[in-house]
Amino acid sequence: MRIAAIAVVAALALAGCSGAKVGESSGGGGGSQASCGTFNLAVNPWVGYEANAAVIAYVAEKNLGCRVTKKDLKEEVAWQGFGTGEVDAVVENWGHDDLRKKYIDDQKTGVSAGSTGVKGQIGWYVPPWLAKEHPDVLDWNNLNKYADMFKTSESGGQGQLLDGDPSFVTNDEALVKNLKLNFKVVYGGSETALIQAFKQAEEQKKPLIGYFYSPQWLLSEVKLEKVKLPPYTQGCDADPEKIACDYPDYDLDKIVSKKFADANGPAYQLVKKFQWTNDDQNLVARYIAQDKMTPDAAAKKWVDANQDKVKAWLPST
Amino acid sequence: MHGTQVHDTQQPVISVRNLWKVFGPRAARVPGSAELSALSRRDLLDKTGCTAAVRDIGFEVAPGEVFVVMGLSGSGKSTLVRCLTRLVEPTAGEVIFEGEDILRADEKRLRELRRRKFAMVFQHFGLLPHRCVLDNVAYGLEIRGAGKAERTKRANEVIELVGLSGYGHAYPDQLSGGMQQRVGLARALAVDPDVLLFDEPFSALDPLIRRDMQSEVIRLHHEVGKTMVFITHDLSEALKLGDRILIMRDGALVQIGTGDELVAAPADDYVRDFVKDVPRSHVLTLKWIMRRPKPDDQLDGPELGPDVVVREATRAVLAAEKPVKVVKDGELLGIVGDEEILSIIAESST
Amino acid sequence: MAVSTPITVTRPVDDGGTGFKLMQRRGSIVAAVLVAWLVLWLFLRGTATLPLAPAQLTGLHHSLNDLNDGIGENRNSSWIFLYFFNEIRLVIDQFVIFLQSLISQPGYGRPLPLIGWLGVVTLVGFVSYAVANLRVALLAAAGFFFLGLQGLWRESMDTLALTLAAVIISLLIGIPLGIWAGVSNRFNKIITPVLDFMQIMPSFVYLAPLTLIFLIGPASATIATLIYAAPPVIRLTAHGIRNAPHDTVEAAESMGSTKTQTLTKVLLPAAKRTIVLGVNQTIMAALAMVTIAALIDAPGLGKTVVKALQTLDVGTAFNAGLAIVIMAIVLDRVTTAAAQRGRRRPNRIALGIAAVATIFAIWLSYTYVWAAEFSSDLDIGSTIAQWAGDVTTWVQSNLSPVTNGIKDLFTSVLIDPLQALLADSPWWLVALVAVAISATIGSVRAAIIAAVCVALLVLSGLWQDSMTTLASTLVATVFTMIIGLVVGVWMGRSYHADRVIRPVLDAAQTMPAFVYLVPFLALFAASRFTAIAAAVVYAAPVATKIVADGIRGVSGTTVEAAVSSGSSTWQTITKVQLPMSVRALTLATNQGLIYVLSMVVVGGLVGAGALGYDVVAGFSQGELYGKGLAAGIAIVLLGVMLDRLTQAAANRMERGTR
Repeated sequence: MRIAAIAVVAALALAGCSGAKVGESSGGGGGSQASCGTFNLAVNPWVGYEANAAVIAYVAEKNLGCRVTKKDLKEEVAWQGFGTGEVDAVVENWGHDDLRKKYIDDQKTGVSAGSTGVKGQIGWYVPPWLAKEHPDVLDWNNLNKYADMFKTSESGGQGQLLDGDPSFVTNDEALVKNLKLNFKVVYGGSETALIQAFKQAEEQKKPLIGYFYSPQWLLSEVKLEKVKLPPYTQGCDADPEKIACDYPDYDLDKIVSKKFADANGPAYQLVKKFQWTNDDQNLVARYIAQDKMTPDAAAKKWVDANQDKVKAWLPST
Repeated sequence: MHGTQVHDTQQPVISVRNLWKVFGPRAARVPGSAELSALSRRDLLDKTGCTAAVRDIGFEVAPGEVFVVMGLSGSGKSTLVRCLTRLVEPTAGEVIFEGEDILRADEKRLRELRRRKFAMVFQHFGLLPHRCVLDNVAYGLEIRGAGKAERTKRANEVIELVGLSGYGHAYPDQLSGGMQQRVGLARALAVDPDVLLFDEPFSALDPLIRRDMQSEVIRLHHEVGKTMVFITHDLSEALKLGDRILIMRDGALVQIGTGDELVAAPADDYVRDFVKDVPRSHVLTLKWIMRRPKPDDQLDGPELGPDVVVREATRAVLAAEKPVKVVKDGELLGIVGDEEILSIIAESST
Repeated sequence: MAVSTPITVTRPVDDGGTGFKLMQRRGSIVAAVLVAWLVLWLFLRGTATLPLAPAQLTGLHHSLNDLNDGIGENRNSSWIFLYFFNEIRLVIDQFVIFLQSLISQPGYGRPLPLIGWLGVVTLVGFVSYAVANLRVALLAAAGFFFLGLQGLWRESMDTLALTLAAVIISLLIGIPLGIWAGVSNRFNKIITPVLDFMQIMPSFVYLAPLTLIFLIGPASATIATLIYAAPPVIRLTAHGIRNAPHDTVEAAESMGSTKTQTLTKVLLPAAKRTIVLGVNQTIMAALAMVTIAALIDAPGLGKTVVKALQTLDVGTAFNAGLAIVIMAIVLDRVTTAAAQRGRRRPNRIALGIAAVATIFAIWLSYTYVWAAEFSSDLDIGSTIAQWAGDVTTWVQSNLSPVTNGIKDLFTSVLIDPLQALLADSPWWLVALVAVAISATIGSVRAAIIAAVCVALLVLSGLWQDSMTTLASTLVATVFTMIIGLVVGVWMGRSYHADRVIRPVLDAAQTMPAFVYLVPFLALFAASRFTAIAAAVVYAAPVATKIVADGIRGVSGTTVEAAVSSGSSTWQTITKVQLPMSVRALTLATNQGLIYVLSMVVVGGLVGAGALGYDVVAGFSQGELYGKGLAAGIAIVLLGVMLDRLTQAAANRMERGTR
């Protein structure tokens, strides 16, 4: 033991004689426009959101000199953060009328900062092979014909409609009932469960119908086909019990804390002006999800290639 | 040690009066109620759900005496000894120690008594496993605030006294049972108490070691002369060590007396049954077997005291051609002849 | 509830013969109850099942929602926030930030933490050497070095800092509470259900309110972790103190020790090993919270796992999960060795030299970049991720036809019938059965508790979901016990097997469930079976270890006697070793159940539906919060009911077989 210890000490001593010292060569590091300060950006747990957040954070840091703190949070927790001053912005919001009511209307701690330009769609999807083999499955009128095919161990003799990212509002139980479909809603319980199910259904040519949404990075890998439901009309979803129509299209938007908006700093300006398209988001999401780039690297790649778009978000000097 | 009597003139160290310990719901009502306190243990349990571990016990212990409490397991003897220092809180009665009723002592006074006046040796030793022998022995001094040097010195003294020199830095689990109990003994002696309490200290030990330890106690009693209250379920141990023996049964006192009194004059069948297998010649003294001199007896034989044990007197009696005179303070109490001796010897050998 | 409330027998009763007869009689009563249930079910099924659809809410759920909103609205005005919660938050935040700046994050004006990797690795080795032994020290240092090789140094240190903070605070609170519970029966009675609640209540339920009270940041993450992690040390401290040798305590009292002296000089030293075991369990529990706490922005490995799973990147998640496993195994081995070490102290001179070397290493890692930042040239993490990803892909594509068949079979013969029986019976029938069985195999007290729990479950508005969850829980417990028995007996009988299997069990227990959920989803689809499989992976190691310990605890003489009278191996196991470890078997069942219940929420993420889904949805959607909270309470109620029943049964069996 003693010899070993001495050997270690000696080795360390030798090694210690050379090498760069901590703090010696740390050049750069912040220091441009101090006016921006700290920008607390919530990151909700899905890749599309991460793409938005990555690009905004990158631009805020590089172009505005903000100190960006990303906080990985579920939606509800993120919105709570408006009131406590812990979160400045949520940069992709899917409707969430419940949260809007609570935090924008009642508590008045959040305000909308406009659209992100990305259009969101929720609906029932099937894997591409199924759409190709049975094109008529894409019309809800024919679904009962296929109920048997969609049966699983969980659906108790009926067809299975796989639901289940618990973060999103679902009307599916009412839809199934009101459209008189011989299906049972089975709650997968997480986005991971849904993605895995669709991925596998396509790979192994298994029948599957389930709740899904776009934009979502999986769609660039597996082109899920949307099933046509009775079209959405204004107010057709007013009574949750009687819904018998498709989900509305969502204009995904940004929500910021009231304080952040009132302060009207450069970071707020950036968030407010930030807008891009579904394709832009899908591209960055693919960098992250499939090419396994870090969010920062993905953002840099996109920003470098899209300077004109970025310029429009920056304050005109 | 045999034959030492309590001298009535001496002030007792401990006197216990009407002591009760009842376990169970509303235990306190039992001692006061003539009806309940008369019930047998079984009936009391059926009627009230209470168990009387100690029922109306009284005795006195003289300074320097070895007082043995004997009974079978469940007879309440361990509870009794715990009542003396209120390790078990008595339900009713008095425990007078050096003129002070211990049951009335407040917590502080009680702690003081336990620290300085009493010390106890336990059946399963109760040593602190995380401390070495020295620190175990010094524990009592430590908690009463003695300095380190002082307690180490004292601990070493008693360690030597109990024959454990050189084991001061060993840990309890490295010692045999007998040695562990020597540590227990040393721990008790270290605080220099007035009274040593032993709760079946040797019943967990092998027979040979038990015998050693008994001799050890006898030796220590000679050397340090402490008053001892000794609990045991082993009659031979009781006879060997005890100046006087208290026999308990179902929590109640059956008989108090010296060993020879118990053997020669058992109070009831229970005690008789108990002492049945005792070799009487080892216990009985001449006073129990002597007879009144008959007119034709020759009264010029050798003299012996009344407290000489039969076995020790055998040779002398048999060797003498005439009956042996039992004499105390010059007064002739009776005589013992071959016949008396032989009847006892013969009885013991069957 | 790891190594939870140890069962103490208070009254020895009848001898073996009558005990056996009693057990037989109880068996026939239970059988009669079950037959009656089945018959009634045939006529009554589908009535009074109290269903509630996932989106439906009851009045109770609404009022729980309002309660939660109330907290949010009073946040900035109530004095309890201004002067109490905020102060706590500040102190904890500062503490965590201090630990982070020591080992994981830049601080004190430096671009790097104060102590770099070399310092940490050496320090970990040194501390392990000082509290345990050289072998463990080398293992610990090698383990931490490996974290660097995985390319996860900073994440690991963040996790370590947070875990340390939660553990230290747990101990500061837990050991005094444990002492109190150890010396006071009354306090013990009060705190036991509180601890049950803390351990069984799914953390998803309190994550959001915590961030409301303590804001987003280290404080919330630390408190979330310590709610789950503090109970073991409290329980085990109390247990250690209660089980201090009676003789020794009495001896100390007889010598006039004050209460404080008895506590500090006798009880605490005697309970030391058990307390260190409690510390060990607390550390393990804290690490189990790493991924969950990541959902409220807790820094560290949990984030890596959660992020990787958003893109189904099992390889990366596995790499981070492996880092958690390694950290857990290192901390477990060090604390276990520290608990077991006797009085032997390491050589003082060697310790001194090691201390000097450690200080030197810390100085190096403070000063030089090479010792501060783990070189990325050595990264093997991506290789591990690649390899794990490939294996997963292969397994998923090649095994899933078979595994799906297995799932369908078990679902139709086991899960569906049991669920039909529980969830389709009228609630009052299930209640009667629960009370009858509790009274028969447990105790009157267990029956009363069962009745109260059933009543509260009905009140929660989630009766049918509870029964669905109960069905899956029971099936998972059966699987857990089958594995526990087979592997446990094997380990108990063979030291060699034990050596090989134990690390696998440790890994299964500490690998975050999120990592293997993805391949499980591929193998068994989103289904109740997947949830059960995940629960079994988590619960079986505990049950196995307890069974193995029980088997090993059977007296060698008895086994020898059986073998010498010509028993075959099978006979020795079934007629001697298993009957004699009844105590361990019931404890294993009890712990198996509790561990399975703690995975209910994870099950909700992979298709189990019912209570698990209710909790998950409550965490994700504001208006479902009240329902999620009610579901969390329902899980606690199931847990308490099953725990008290198995404990009572264990006590009874033990008395019966005496």
